[in-house]
Amino acid sequence: MSIVLSNIKKIYQMGDTQVAALAGITLEISAGEFTAIMGPSGSGKSTLMNILGCLDRPTSGSYMLDGEEVATLKDDELAVTRNKKIGFVFQNFNLLPRMSAQQNVALPLVYAGVVKQERDSMAAAALSMVGLADRMHHRPNELSGGQRQRVAIARALVNNPSIIMADEPTGNLDSKSGNEIMEIFMKLNKEGRTIVLVTHEIEIAQFTRRIISFRDGLIISDEALLKV
Amino acid sequence: MLWESIIIALEGLKANKMRSILTMLGIIIGVGAVIAMVSIGMGVQNKIQDSIAGLGSNLLIITPGATSPSGVRLAAGSSTTLTNKDAQAIGRQIEGVSAVAPSVSKQYQLVYGNKNWMTTVQGTTPEFVSVRNFNVELGRFFSNQEVDTRMRVAVLGKTTADNLFGTIYPVGQTVRINSAPFVVVGVFEGKGQSAGGMDQDDVVVIPLTTAQERMMGISYIQTISVQAVSPESINQAQEDITSLLRSRHKLAKDMPDDFTVRNLAAVMATAEETTKTITLLLGNIAAISLLVGGIGIMNIMLVSVTERTREIGIRKALGATYRNILLQFLIEAIVIGVTGGLIGIGLGISAAYAISAIAGWNTAISSGSILMAFGFSVAIGLFFGIYPARKAALLDPIDALRYE
Repeated sequence: MSIVLSNIKKIYQMGDTQVAALAGITLEISAGEFTAIMGPSGSGKSTLMNILGCLDRPTSGSYMLDGEEVATLKDDELAVTRNKKIGFVFQNFNLLPRMSAQQNVALPLVYAGVVKQERDSMAAAALSMVGLADRMHHRPNELSGGQRQRVAIARALVNNPSIIMADEPTGNLDSKSGNEIMEIFMKLNKEGRTIVLVTHEIEIAQFTRRIISFRDGLIISDEALLKV
Repeated sequence: MLWESIIIALEGLKANKMRSILTMLGIIIGVGAVIAMVSIGMGVQNKIQDSIAGLGSNLLIITPGATSPSGVRLAAGSSTTLTNKDAQAIGRQIEGVSAVAPSVSKQYQLVYGNKNWMTTVQGTTPEFVSVRNFNVELGRFFSNQEVDTRMRVAVLGKTTADNLFGTIYPVGQTVRINSAPFVVVGVFEGKGQSAGGMDQDDVVVIPLTTAQERMMGISYIQTISVQAVSPESINQAQEDITSLLRSRHKLAKDMPDDFTVRNLAAVMATAEETTKTITLLLGNIAAISLLVGGIGIMNIMLVSVTERTREIGIRKALGATYRNILLQFLIEAIVIGVTGGLIGIGLGISAAYAISAIAGWNTAISSGSILMAFGFSVAIGLFFGIYPARKAALLDPIDALRYE
């Protein structure tokens, strides 16, 4: 089991009232799964994404990631966990504009303490995996949206993480680039990587093999898709 | 990891070249000002020390007239209580005295050919040369025998010789001092200005007896210059001279001195004290600009943290710890401080040279002030960088990623 959530709650204090963004989520995601989390805005899917990505801690409940309890880790321990086990792909790419594609991809390795030479070759390998070997030294502003998102995917891959978290990865792309990105995710999943994807577009969710739907901080459906 | 952080910081600074340079400017000017100001202060201090030492080292100057705090006081040099015999007695009886030079002086007009020059004529003895640190450049100084026989011989200061003779070789020529003919036997080496701004080379020296009896018609003397053998013996010599002159002048216990013994070492100490204070003052004023530069660093670092909130969020999402982010921003601040400090040192040194070249002031660049200014710029980078760096490191990654 890669991810085991039991009774996860996230409660925000808004003045006098308490708002439950997550009202008790129990969920298991196995290694090698390709899962979509769907739901309208305000449904709690972003909160769940932040908790799954170790950016945030739940108010209560247990989160086992690769058999390790991460719900109670301190900030710096969470940072180390993110660095080792999680790769992020964001809607707006979140690349550092002043760095080349290769430097961007190598950034997680900097914090992992990998030496420069090894970093460069690992980053180059990750970039060729997403088909950008010839764009290694370009800066993000010299790349198209689809290419930028592929750089971000390479960055998410480079640490060989347990899970890739993709938050609306096609939201800022046209449908052609979006489909290209989804094909890369499918290819990565076939190679055995665990991918969790947050989206509100059903067409994008159709690329995955399991769709979990959210509403008001609770799971309302969890269905496996049959692949042709 | 530390080296990585330095590289990251340097890249951050390189990416914002203009802003980094402007931030550094505060430190550059601050450090430069400290070094330039302290150099000028030290230069003035050295110059004053040199010119006081140039008057003669371990020097006591005895003039007639008391410096009593009350009552009518005659202008120094105008009373007639000191005689050549007093000078001789000091030379014979006081221990720790290496040379004694009695002297009289008065303004006279010198004439050579169709040129004339108004200057101070000093009548003295051959010991004057060693007591007052004069060196004879051309010819010779006059001898004791020439003093005894009241010879009309003269040794000219450089300014006087230049004005009267120009390109003519002065030694052996005859000048008229107040219409009386004198043979020039020597010319002094130039000494330059004194601490008070007087031209020490605008002088003519003739034998004491010639000046007293043939020129001025007096038997008293106006100044006795005494050189002590060492700085340690100067205070004892001052006391001994005072008691000797009191007994020679037959002064009762309750009567004030009718002469004044001035100790140049004490004058020098006062001057040193004054210039040290000036140096400190200049340095402090410059240090304030360094402080302002430091606040500039903090300001820019705070702007930088706000501007790069999203970057911080990305870095944190990718696994940067509190320490990583803190170090990144702290090192950026220190790099600004160090780089600015180094440039400032260069600027300060060239400013000191430029000032001494253009204004003609002495400057003395001390390694102490350079080290201090550099240390300060590093410390200021560190001190004013801590707050913004902490602010960056404490950012919540979710909020930072959401920041627009």
